Amino acid sequence: MSDTRDVPFRGGGFVVVPKRGAAVAAFVLLIALWEVSVRFGWISPIFLPSPGSIVQAFVELVSSGTLWKHIGQSLHRLAFGWSIGTLGGLALGFAIGVWSLSRAVGLPLVSALFPIPKIALLPLLILWLGIGESSKVATIALGVFFPTAIATFSAIDGVPRNLIRMGQSFNLPAADVLRKIVLPGALPGILAGFRITASIGLILLVSAEMIGAEYGIGAFILQAGNLMQTDQLLAGVVMLSVLGLLIGTGLTRLERWLLRWR
Amino acid sequence: MELVVEGVSHRYGEVVALEGIDLEVREGETLALIGPSGCGKSTLLGIMGGILQATGGRVRVRGEAPVGSLNPQTYIFQDFALLPWRTVEGNVALALEHHRLQGDEMERRIADVLQRTGLSEFRHAFPKQLSGGMRQRVGIARALAVRPAILLMDEPLSALDAQTRELLMEDFLALWLRERITAVYVTHNLQEALRLADRVCVLSRRPGRVREMVSIDMLQAERATPAAQAHLARLHDRLWGLIKAEAQVAEREVVA
Ligand SMILES: Nc1ncnc2c1ncn2[C@@H]1O[C@H](COP(=O)(O)OP(=O)(O)O)[C@@H](O)[C@H]1O
Ligand SMILES: [Mg+2]
Repeated sequence: MSDTRDVPFRGGGFVVVPKRGAAVAAFVLLIALWEVSVRFGWISPIFLPSPGSIVQAFVELVSSGTLWKHIGQSLHRLAFGWSIGTLGGLALGFAIGVWSLSRAVGLPLVSALFPIPKIALLPLLILWLGIGESSKVATIALGVFFPTAIATFSAIDGVPRNLIRMGQSFNLPAADVLRKIVLPGALPGILAGFRITASIGLILLVSAEMIGAEYGIGAFILQAGNLMQTDQLLAGVVMLSVLGLLIGTGLTRLERWLLRWR
Repeated sequence: MELVVEGVSHRYGEVVALEGIDLEVREGETLALIGPSGCGKSTLLGIMGGILQATGGRVRVRGEAPVGSLNPQTYIFQDFALLPWRTVEGNVALALEHHRLQGDEMERRIADVLQRTGLSEFRHAFPKQLSGGMRQRVGIARALAVRPAILLMDEPLSALDAQTRELLMEDFLALWLRERITAVYVTHNLQEALRLADRVCVLSRRPGRVREMVSIDMLQAERATPAAQAHLARLHDRLWGLIKAEAQVAEREVVA
């Protein structure tokens, strides 16, 4: 028997371990640092008001009812624009995903029009539809339409061919193959697309409102900036991130429910 | 119901996958289709069940499907082909729903096949919650629910581990012995062919042709007996002799 030695361990690291509280601590620290910097006059409150005064501005906006007017308008536009764009995008995406002819026609068209930054079309849309609501809603709808169409037909392309063949081998009518196999199979991809189009919609909403609107969060932020009311401005920005967060959470809920089989 | 394959050829562009296949699947028999991978077994099975259109020749059926058969030629797939968003019960129902059966016929059929495949207590489970063997049982249950006249199976056990394969093979055997459903069983596994089949059709490498038709003159029920082993071993050697050289070539082939 010769001597034995321990086998050295060399399999450590390269593993993500949860560090609970680290994120919260960093957040609190950052905000505290910010508050302190403004209090001690290291940062001018004109450029960056303290977190405390942003909260105060926010509370005032809520209690005076101004905020609701702006949010109401914004949500209205977003809901309309997003829904129209999504319905259209789903329809086109399905057509491209399912029929060869519409793919041959639609795919080059979508590829050509998708890269145009849709906000660049707002002046044209204003010429066509006037400065009112329709041009803003149309901008959002256009911005949402193309990514939805692309996400939809990509998701359909990703549905395993063998599942479709299986359906056919049991003599399922074409409509049933679509409804029972293709649609649910494409749903995860379509829902992932919603997440992207929701943020696109939000960006376009704010941009369009900054170009010409009396009410809306974008208009409110712009006005606050013009009046150098930085605390109000940032309260508007906070409002937007809260809105984005709420939409994201809503979509996560929807996904969990619709894709509970995963 | 019987199946008659007449001069079937198939090409994928330049690749000739099958050439001049003539064979018959007789009432009540299990025909194993073996051959090296890439010899066109899946292609032939697809043509037999009408989910692939042959570029030459034709496939015909003879005789009537049993009463209550909703889908005479029914597949069992290698990768199970289950819908992950449907439960066990829902996956079986998929094959029945569009037939609009009378009264509670659909529920009765589902309950019956789940009971026969040992899945009753898993009826509300989703495929991802099941083991590979259980998933294939769902595939079998779905196929049985439509009362097939001919079962078409494309390597139904090759995605499973050896032990599960053994267990499912016993289930298949029980099914054969009880119901004698006409079946075509594609495999590259000689043991499976020797356990299950009445006849073995050996296909040659590309282009796939019928190389030899070998009958196994022994009841499936007797094949597990020690007395049978010598005979089966001889058959095994003979079949292996037929496909070994080609399997070697196929294995060294670079896939296009
Ligand atoms: N969709 C396809 N397109 C082109 N070639 C194919 C296609 N499917 C199969 N092949 C080719 O046809 C031959 C037979 O394939 P297949 O029937 O799947 O063989 P097996 O099931 O015996 O392994 C193979 O060489 C394969 O590469
Ligand atoms: Mg195959």
